[in-house]
Amino acid sequence: MSTILSNVTLANGKSADIEIEKGVVTQIGSLGKGIDCSGLIALPGFVDLHTHLRQPGFEASETVLSGSRSAAAGGYTAVLAMANTMPVADSAGVVEQVMQLGLEAGYCQVQPIGAVTKGLVGEELAALGSMANSRAQVRVFSDDGNCVHDPLLMQRALQYVKSFDGVIAQHAQEPKLTQGAQMNDGALATELGLKGWPAVAEEAIIARDALLAEQTGSRLHICHLTTAGAVDVVRWAKNRGIAITAEVTPHHLMLTEESVRGYNPIYKVNPPLRTKEDTLALREALLDGTIDVLGTDHAPHSAEKKDCEWEAAAFGMVALEHAASVLQDVIIGGGGDWELFAKVISSRAAKIARLQGQGALAVGEPANLTLIDPAAKRVIESKTQSKSENNPFAGMELPGKVIHTIYRGEFTVREGALRA
Amino acid sequence: MKHLISISDLTKAQAVKLLDDASELSSVNEREVKKLPALRGKTVVNLFFENSTRTRISFEVAAKRLSADVINFSAQTSSLSKGESLKDTAQTLEALGAHAIVVRHPYSGAAHALAHRGWISSSIINAGDGSHEHPTQALLDALTLRQAFGLNADLSGLNVLIVGDILHSRVARSNVLLLNLLGAKVTVAGPTTLMPNGIEKLGATISHNFDEALEQKPDAVMMLRVQKERMQGSFFPSEREYAKNWALSSERFRRLSSSTRILHPGPMNRGFEIASEAADSNQSLVLKQVANGVSVRMAVLYATLAGEEN
Ligand SMILES: [Zn+2]
Repeated sequence: MSTILSNVTLANGKSADIEIEKGVVTQIGSLGKGIDCSGLIALPGFVDLHTHLRQPGFEASETVLSGSRSAAAGGYTAVLAMANTMPVADSAGVVEQVMQLGLEAGYCQVQPIGAVTKGLVGEELAALGSMANSRAQVRVFSDDGNCVHDPLLMQRALQYVKSFDGVIAQHAQEPKLTQGAQMNDGALATELGLKGWPAVAEEAIIARDALLAEQTGSRLHICHLTTAGAVDVVRWAKNRGIAITAEVTPHHLMLTEESVRGYNPIYKVNPPLRTKEDTLALREALLDGTIDVLGTDHAPHSAEKKDCEWEAAAFGMVALEHAASVLQDVIIGGGGDWELFAKVISSRAAKIARLQGQGALAVGEPANLTLIDPAAKRVIESKTQSKSENNPFAGMELPGKVIHTIYRGEFTVREGALRA
Repeated sequence: MKHLISISDLTKAQAVKLLDDASELSSVNEREVKKLPALRGKTVVNLFFENSTRTRISFEVAAKRLSADVINFSAQTSSLSKGESLKDTAQTLEALGAHAIVVRHPYSGAAHALAHRGWISSSIINAGDGSHEHPTQALLDALTLRQAFGLNADLSGLNVLIVGDILHSRVARSNVLLLNLLGAKVTVAGPTTLMPNGIEKLGATISHNFDEALEQKPDAVMMLRVQKERMQGSFFPSEREYAKNWALSSERFRRLSSSTRILHPGPMNRGFEIASEAADSNQSLVLKQVANGVSVRMAVLYATLAGEEN
């Protein structure tokens, strides 16, 4: 029994029919009648390198089930689950548990990220090898939320993961330069009396780590770039041949520090929202390939973590269900094409994470694909599949809508509706 | 005017009106029976998350002179130390009958949150939030300057020099905004490490040399308090070096023109940022500031509480 998706538009602009059988893409060509997909763009299923699923430990904000439902609704067929859970994903036991929860949920591939250091405290290496050799086959390691700021530890981590082709995903934030920091440094921070978070705190770590990656010959990934200067450093490192990749979030592409003016913690995020000039530099970098991927940094928080004064509030915002729409606005609206869109939201992330069976829409590959209606316009709602509603995009109108998400040959979203 | 959170919420006309009202109310403070019935039946809560006896007492005296009931609630003696949220505390106080909440909080934006997040409907008066603002301090400083220079509306033509830790100072921010609004020219002076990024965009000229700034013959010099914790924060090499460059020492004081007035929001570190010779001189307006604090706070309480029924 096969499924045919009729008359899709592929990322290269050509029309085709896609046949799926037993979870695999079996033919792409002129195949005749099936599910009418006229006007829809067929893309490899989206892959998010940066998702906080909050389980184990913070189930009031999100669970693997609710987060992977949100991911599927956003067009994702794989998410990389960040390690800052409780307990921290710093051992084989925890990463296997997270993977298992993902399998049980069944909405997308949930691939755990392992912590770089024990307990994320930046003092000793976590069980990197055991996590890599576990059933979860961890390849991406990150202390996200914290920066691996000790240069010796960072150097060792880069060296160590090389033997199993791992990558260190760095949350670039020099801790001393950002003690108590609340928002982008500058005149607005001064006016609001909030402690400034200088760009150099991000850029200095990226520069240092790029040089460490060069010295060790290891792979380095930079999470959530936010400044024009960070783009320059990454561009320089790439030109030098360093194995560096970089990510940007939907919110840093579209929102600016101006939103902080009303002290509404819905806009409180780490790293902070920057200036208009920074968003323009990030957009340009995405279009020219300096930035490789979109990472959502989906960071759900329960209402009480945000319904308080700014400085008491948690950092972070949900993102899985509007990420593709923001990216469409930035890439297609910015003169890029759907092939670039597919790379940024899927294939490059799969490659960085060394995920098998994700990131490609091709005959013989597992049927992980997403079909979107690029002509649709929709108003983003605060209530999504996520357990949390900390969404600064709520109420905004954005282009594009996920119509079908297919994970291992099964619809997780069909005609815009999430599978029960 | 329902709330007073930031000077930037005020129009020039509103600011001048508050100063006019405060002037008028200050005559009450000189009477034998220092009480007006204006806020009878109203309850004002002083909600203080930081110790500031001076500001708290000033608001308390102001509220009582207008016949309001006053409740003092300080974080040290309350459930806040047990993790109760600002929202819960404010809702509790409102349920107990608060009409206005005067709030002092270490977080910038705390007063704004109480006024605008829909938690409560009381009037909110910002008595200092983090390093954001302290609007009643700026108003009392403006009233003091207005009286000292015999002005009767705004402060057009005055040159004011603010000296010290501008970075962490809510007094400096509110003063820069209000002095600009009232037509004065403001210079801020202090070590580069204590100068906030972009302060010039709020309407201040920056100086990194106190003596050069004094050569410009300011009409008034406002000295800011240097907090103890800054002295350990590597913002400057030593207390001695700070005092040498940034204190209003006797020597600097003697070089001032006799018409230059001296302000300090208090409490003063005598002998550190300001010499007693300067603080106690007849050029000093420090005690006038304290007295005007009560009048200004009466005017603000009146405008926020009685105003809402008009
Ligand atoms: Zn991060």
